[in-house]
Amino acid sequence: MFKQVSIFLENKKGRLKEVLKLLADNNIDIRALTIAETADYGVLRLIVDNVDKAEQILKENSFRINITNVLGIEIQDKSGSMYEFVNLLYQHNINVEYAHTCTPSNVGKSAFIVRVDEDKIEEALEIIKKCNDISTISE
Amino acid sequence: MYWNEAKECMERNELQALQLERLKQMVTKIYHNVPFYRDAFQKLGVEPEDIKSLDDLSKLPFTTKQDLRDNYPYGLFATPMSQIVRLHASSGTTGKPTVVGYTRNDITTWSEIVARSMACGGADHNSVIQISYGYGLFTGGLGAHYGAERLGSSVIPMSGGNTEKQIMLMKDFGATTLACTPSYAIYLAEAMEEMGVGLEEISLKTGIFGAEPWSESMRAQIEKKLNIKAYDIYGLSEVMGPGVSMECECQNGMHIWEDHFIPEIIDPITLEPLPYGEKGELVFTTITKEGLPLLRYRTKDISMLTAERCKCGRTHVRMQRVSGRTDDMLIIRGVNVFPSQVESVLLEIGEVEPHYQLIVTRNGNLDELEILVELSEKSFSDKISILESLEKRIMNRISSVLGISAKIRFVEPKTIPRSQGKAVRVIDKRNI
Repeated sequence: MFKQVSIFLENKKGRLKEVLKLLADNNIDIRALTIAETADYGVLRLIVDNVDKAEQILKENSFRINITNVLGIEIQDKSGSMYEFVNLLYQHNINVEYAHTCTPSNVGKSAFIVRVDEDKIEEALEIIKKCNDISTISE
Repeated sequence: MYWNEAKECMERNELQALQLERLKQMVTKIYHNVPFYRDAFQKLGVEPEDIKSLDDLSKLPFTTKQDLRDNYPYGLFATPMSQIVRLHASSGTTGKPTVVGYTRNDITTWSEIVARSMACGGADHNSVIQISYGYGLFTGGLGAHYGAERLGSSVIPMSGGNTEKQIMLMKDFGATTLACTPSYAIYLAEAMEEMGVGLEEISLKTGIFGAEPWSESMRAQIEKKLNIKAYDIYGLSEVMGPGVSMECECQNGMHIWEDHFIPEIIDPITLEPLPYGEKGELVFTTITKEGLPLLRYRTKDISMLTAERCKCGRTHVRMQRVSGRTDDMLIIRGVNVFPSQVESVLLEIGEVEPHYQLIVTRNGNLDELEILVELSEKSFSDKISILESLEKRIMNRISSVLGISAKIRFVEPKTIPRSQGKAVRVIDKRNI
């Protein structure tokens, strides 16, 4: 399970650059990144190597942030493995809120971040443990 | 706690008799000493002798801010300059400021009504009062200062700005009472959080806030953030300064000190006086001021009066908190809109910070209203659907309360300029 940092950014020129520079200046490494956007604003979601440090410097610089618990999943890098994973969740009535890819820790694997309901996280982790082809990303 | 029980709890018929006596003296004085008023009386065909009852007040001419401007700087003073010991000026939106002058007796009267007001808010000679209103030409700082000193409290003359120092001294000096604008109170509370100063480190018990309109929800926010009781004080330089009226512990309207001021509510269009209980423009007649006595001064503040007996025991009439100004009012697509309405909606919904701004533009022939709102820490959800639902809730509520629809735009923290004085709530980009 990962702690994902979500950052509220107005849809204004330079906001993304600002926040990335801030993280870079503080030696924070980004391992996964996605932007969910609307017409007026975006939510930048990051998996970083040092969540506490990122949280602190972002808050100090007046960014509106949120920390969310998400799953880091690794599957076989072959056709059908994504379907198998999502189907597994579906059979257990676990809904996928959103997902995005990230750097896998092992060659031949695909990795992605999945957000499910907060109260379904433990259950999801149990299900994955029992699966041979699916594992969680080592942090 | 009463500062002047005899006056504050005077029976109404005695109070009104006192008002009439003082009004007659004031009217006679201005008639003979201020050419502007003599001309105005003569134009209306009235004379000081025509004032036989308080109702006769409605026969007399009004005074407006424009009259003060037209007679800049000293044209409306009723005493020679040699007797004026203090000058103050309020900010003008255009060009020259409006000037007010005080005799030594006026300063004493002013100190007395502010002392009375602060005592009404629970302060006494043991209080340590931090005054964060600006000191200078603005009547806020010095007005509060002289009153607090008269009360016998220990006064910290902080003035505005230098927030870090304000908080350090608030802590170290053991300030029990804070006097500043409500906007600045929120600013201080936020700064304290950022500095990591906890509420247990300060001794504040009360706040006496004024100089700008603020909503009940803003009060609740301040009381929560600072863990104090927050009272509303009202005044304007032309009439005296802060201390014209003050809330009591009932927190249900501000007592106007009627031994010094006669209030009226008028219809701002027809200029007819309105009965108690009806909303309209607040008008004051000063009956004890010597330097610049004003007759029926139109404040442009919107309020309502009630003479219902107050549980605190004070008999002076109460005014409702100022809900806006006749000139703050915006007309958007033909509908009257007040920034304070937006404030109460936002704070009622509760998931946004009390930092907002109205941007009014015109697109072709159609007025458009956009409301910028800063997301609070707890309302920022990672899920876009939650943000969108919050946006929609605010939009619906605004539409229902204001009568027009507005676009809601969430902005990042600190985007909306913070104010240490009165907050700028409206940016009107239309060229009307």
